[in-house]
Amino acid sequence: MPRIFAYIVHKNGVLDDTAAELPVAARKIVSPPDAAAAVTAIVVGWGADLDKVCESLRGLYAETWKVAQEGLAYPNAELVRQAIVKVVPAGSIVLVPHGHFGVDLSPGLSIKINAAYVPDVVDIEGIDGQWLKVVRQEFGGQVSAHMRANLSTGAVLNVRPGAFRPTGTAPMNGQVVDKSAEIGVLTARRQYLETIAAEIGDVDITKAPVLVSIGRGIGEQENIAIADDLAEVMGAAVSCSRPVVDAKWLDKSRQVGSSGQTVRPKVYMACGISGSFQHLAGLKGSPFIVALNKNPKAPIFRVADVGIVDDMLAFMPALAARVREESCVPGKGRRS
Amino acid sequence: MEILVCVKRVPDTSENEIQLARGGADIERADLVYSINEPDNYAVEEALQIVSRTGGKVTVVTVGNEEDEEVLRREMAMGAAGAVLLSDQAFEGSDGRGTAAILKAYVQSRHYDLILTGVQADDGCAQVGGMLAALLDYPFASLVTSIEVEGQRLKIAREVEGGSKEINRIDLPCVLSIQTGINEPRYVGMRGIRQVASIPIPTPCAADLGVEVDEVGKTAAKVQRVDYFVPPAGKGAQILQGSREEIVEKLMDLLKAKGGLN
Repeated sequence: MPRIFAYIVHKNGVLDDTAAELPVAARKIVSPPDAAAAVTAIVVGWGADLDKVCESLRGLYAETWKVAQEGLAYPNAELVRQAIVKVVPAGSIVLVPHGHFGVDLSPGLSIKINAAYVPDVVDIEGIDGQWLKVVRQEFGGQVSAHMRANLSTGAVLNVRPGAFRPTGTAPMNGQVVDKSAEIGVLTARRQYLETIAAEIGDVDITKAPVLVSIGRGIGEQENIAIADDLAEVMGAAVSCSRPVVDAKWLDKSRQVGSSGQTVRPKVYMACGISGSFQHLAGLKGSPFIVALNKNPKAPIFRVADVGIVDDMLAFMPALAARVREESCVPGKGRRS
Repeated sequence: MEILVCVKRVPDTSENEIQLARGGADIERADLVYSINEPDNYAVEEALQIVSRTGGKVTVVTVGNEEDEEVLRREMAMGAAGAVLLSDQAFEGSDGRGTAAILKAYVQSRHYDLILTGVQADDGCAQVGGMLAALLDYPFASLVTSIEVEGQRLKIAREVEGGSKEINRIDLPCVLSIQTGINEPRYVGMRGIRQVASIPIPTPCAADLGVEVDEVGKTAAKVQRVDYFVPPAGKGAQILQGSREEIVEKLMDLLKAKGGLN
């Protein structure tokens, strides 16, 4: 049985949610699936923030390997990769959260430790001989695929955030092992300079109780007016998914998703949005989700409460007209 | 600056229902329209904009067969000066590492200052660029949203959580994966594609590239797809039925109940 490691993402001394999710994924690899102690955390960083993170990890992992170096105060993937290559034994399985850091780190890490690499793993079905069977999604989440990874020289698995829910196991009293002395001098040809915070736009979608959110299905820029009109009569704000921002039809500040805003509306109307996991990652607080999409197989229908299979460009004006009609009926007047 | 952009021909699945074929051995591909992987257009556009400032030229490359020529020609119509199709039966069934190994062999036979890829392709793996960089021992950065040339280095922005930008300096030569939205890829018309129709595209094989055939292809793949399947629906949405008018009425009631009309 290969040794399993979990790469810990943290920021400002606080663990990322994935720190509690990776042990759940690890337990689906081992068979029989018992040993909570079988996964070792690897955490790199520097200073008081790192100490704080290590203390939190003692409750989640039986063993934490700590790598402290000033140059690792910000997680530069090139430096982190060198550190991992130096401490992880050959043939190990390394779990990494599939986020903006994981896609930076893991493909190259898998080459440098000569391991199999499976990105964006959403489920794990266990080991069969020298193969580990896992589940991925392809074609924007429309279809899933069973993949198998040859474990004979180890594996790096990038695990989708949120796919493995922590089960609320009893807190551990784990130990922290300082591996800093094994790292030596790290050198990078890529240098981190600074982080520039996202700009705040004209409309703050994070404050809106109702969002009319549009995706690729909006088709062209002139059609944005259709969404604006519906939002206006509903008393909602217009948000969007990535393709609308890429096309420069709406400002980046309107984007819902892991690389955009995190929103907590009461009602979320997803119009022409396929429902990629990056988009859904920005949707919190269990809103009532209405999905409007002409493709009945769109992944958004799996997470929505109510679905409408129709052309959004025809349905949205029809709904807007009906809302407007309602608000004009005497005695049923809506505040505007 | 000499820039290589790695591209891929993929089925356009954004507006199409995907069906399984042969019990999940593949997806039904007959009715799908294939075209350039959309993120790759942003990478090619970015490369063209860089050479317009610094001089040099852009070359596009893919691993595949004669069907893939059309996407190379499309990117030439955008402005790429040349294209290369790395093609050999031994390449079929390669995993990400195999594809990266084939590209590495090609890169080592030439000189490129900068290698770009789109952020990801149809399989959502986002892996070949990072693997290629590691095989070449070049630095790598993913999710790049801006590039400024500063002599033998680049100043780049990466997209991180919440729409924030991580600014880095990176030495050349390097590999970057380009995030969508970094620019506005230029339009390509039929006329543009006709103009490049007769430009020869070299198609080096494994032997030409010096690729060891037992290090690529299906048998060398450390990662293999077993099958495709449709995930269980789970809870799933309650699909509103009826005419458009009837559905609007049902939705009105739901929106009122859930606080969707303000």
